[in-house]
This record gives sequence, C-alpha cells and structure tokens, in this order.
Amino acid sequence: MVNQELLISQFQKKDVKAYEKLYNLYCNSISGVVNNIVKNNDVAQEITQDVFIKAWNNAESYSSKKGRFFTWILNIARNSAIDYTRSKKFKESKQNLNADFLVDILETSSSLDSTTNTIGLKEFVTKLGDSCKSVIELLYFKGFTQKEASEELSMPIGTIKTKNRTCIGELRTMLGV
Amino acid sequence: MDNKEYIASGILELYVAGSLSEKENEEVSALIQENPELLAEVISIEKAIVQLTAAAKKDATYSFNDIKNQLKDTETKVITFPKPNRKQYIGWAAAFILGSTLLLSVLQNNSLKEQLSAEKQQLEEQINKSSNSLADAEKLIEVFRDKDIISIPLAGQTVSPTSYAKVYWDKKTNSIYLDAKGLPEPPEGKVYQVWSLTLDPLTPTSLGVLDTFTADVNKIFTISNANQSEAFGITLEPAGGSLSPNLEQLYTLGAVAS
Repeated sequence: MVNQELLISQFQKKDVKAYEKLYNLYCNSISGVVNNIVKNNDVAQEITQDVFIKAWNNAESYSSKKGRFFTWILNIARNSAIDYTRSKKFKESKQNLNADFLVDILETSSSLDSTTNTIGLKEFVTKLGDSCKSVIELLYFKGFTQKEASEELSMPIGTIKTKNRTCIGELRTMLGV
Repeated sequence: MDNKEYIASGILELYVAGSLSEKENEEVSALIQENPELLAEVISIEKAIVQLTAAAKKDATYSFNDIKNQLKDTETKVITFPKPNRKQYIGWAAAFILGSTLLLSVLQNNSLKEQLSAEKQQLEEQINKSSNSLADAEKLIEVFRDKDIISIPLAGQTVSPTSYAKVYWDKKTNSIYLDAKGLPEPPEGKVYQVWSLTLDPLTPTSLGVLDTFTADVNKIFTISNANQSEAFGITLEPAGGSLSPNLEQLYTLGAVAS
C-alpha cells in the first residue's frame, strides 16, 4: 500500500502517469456509483470522465488527513451525479427513482471487461436481506451520512453502524478480501 | 478501546463510505496512520466496496486517453537556485537563466506551431465537410425543383398511421430520391425495405433496404429504379430484407398519379 501512497503523492504533483494508474483502479467503481444515481449509461460515462478531470484540477485539495483517496473521489462522483439529477435535462428525461435500482443494475449489468467477480456479486446482492441492500445503497452509492441513513430507514444510528458492518462483512467473505 | 473492539464498532466501514463527520474522519485517519492492523482493515473494506460499486457499472469501457488531453498541467515550474555566496556566481546564474529561458521559449514556440498546424488542419477538414454537405443540399434542391421529376407522397398505414415519406422519381436517370424523415427509428434487428409496386396484378419489386437509416442524418436516400412503378411502399423487415414484402408491417404507401 506504500505504493498507493506514492501514487497519490505523485498525482498531487500532477504526474499524469501516476494518475492513469489511479484512474484504472477506480474508474469502474466511480462509474458504477454514478450510473446508480443517474440511471443512464451514456450520461454516467460522461460524468465519470468529468469526475476524473475535476479531481485532477483539484488535486491539491485532497489530504490523507481527511480520509481515503477513494472516498474523496467517491464524494466528487456522488456530488456530480446528484447535481445532474437536479438539472433540467435529467428531469425532462422523467426517470423514476426506484428503491431497488442497485439490485436492478447489478442484475442487468454485464461488465465482462471488469476484473470484478460480477456474477458472484449479483448472486450475493440477490441473496442479501432488504435492510442490507438499503444500508449499502444509502451509505456507499448515495453518500448518506450515518444520521441521514438512520432517519431514512428509521433505524437508530448505532444500528446503522453495526448493521452495515455485518453486511460489508458478508460481502468481504464472498469476495475473499 | 483495543483494535478488535474498534474494528467491530463498524466505524471503519463508515470511514470508507465517507459517512463520518469531519472530526471523526481526522481521528480515524490519524489512528490508521499509526496502526497497521487498522490500516489493513480499511484497505480490505475499500477493496470490497470498489468491487461492489464497479459491478453497478454498465458495459461501457473507460479509457484514460479520453481525458488525458484535458488534464492541464497547472503546476507552475519554478526555477530555483541557491543564493550565491560570492558575487561571481551571479553571472553564471544569470547566464543559466537566460539560456534556459531561451531554450524554453524555443520549445514553447515549437509546440505552439504544432498546435497551430493541427488546428489549421482541423479547420480545413471542417470547411471541406461543410462545402460537401452544401453541394449535396444544392443537388437536392435542384432535384425537388425539376419539373420532370414526379413527387409521390407516401402516407402512413395501419401499423404506423403517423409515418410518412416522399418519393421524388427522376425517370430520366431512373432513380428515386426517398425522403424518409417521417419514419420512426426501426427497432433493433429490423430494417426498412423499399418496394416498387405495379397494381394489376399487385407485383412488388424490391428496391433495396435502408440499412443506413439510423446513421443517415438527413434521411434522404438515392435509389435506382428502372421499373414502371405504379406505387411505392415501405415495409419493416428483418435485417437484410425479405424477398416479398410483409404487408402487415407496411409503414407507408403511395400511388403514382397517372
């Protein structure tokens, strides 16, 4: 992981090659998060590329004292995607927000090119309890804070924390990480 | 709190999600910096989340090259040199700066020239393209104004009453110009097929399929037609076209005024 710290510090010094490596590590993930919010493949592609340009232009604002690099770029992605859903363009396309969209997307996606264990993940998500699905979707895909998630799901804050730990635990067992 | 309890609390999962407060984030960041066990846990959580989120991606492929040229090198290059201890170094330093500045401007000049010639080429291509499409448009206007050209409106049929099309038939050159802008995009795996018809008895002759329909911008197609057509029709057929028209999928039809 020293390797990754090095990549990030090179990225902050505007090293394009280092940034390319970070891009390849996270572009699929960022695209998944954006796609889950905007629900449109073409738009997701455009926003994802935009996110990586924004991150580059604001490289100096990242600090490892505030959080992980992945979390930082995840935040940029969620904000950009949410901004888009507030735009006229999105409203005109009349997308309805479906609570089960995460599952939907995982079940229909065919990211054969990705290195992820997509088939296993689909099975995993299908088997997950509804409460796990909503906790994961709100916290990771939608960027809810603990408090917001607890209000949305009418669960005590402490429960969100432990519930999420259990759900991610199951995910990690499945992925072997 | 020992590591085990800390990990079990679920705070690290929220840290990766970005769901903690700023203050909590700073606390966790400081803690994992000093504690390899906690750091390893965070890295594992992150790996799992990266994979999970990536699975929600549709099958688009992403290429860094698409954004590479949009990444501006905003870092300012500062030439620093140690403060001279003796006055004689100043001369060398000045010479060095002058030299590097010259070199830099030569390099910059070259790259500007390259950029300029690339832009020029782009512009020329654009002009070329526009004048081609202008010539096309002028040719079309000529066709529509020619008094010897017969125009046949094709009206929408049962399967698609709002569809329409128009055929301009130039008997001198044995060709028709079909304006198909009024047809909907064909569903995947289907194409429009154009038919020349003689009416008594009803005999259809295929004039071809519009397999470039979706890609064609103005939806005007030039098709050769040496038949003694009495009517023209357009049907929706499986990709590649059919030997005889599927009349249930007849989109538009129009008879030639006799």
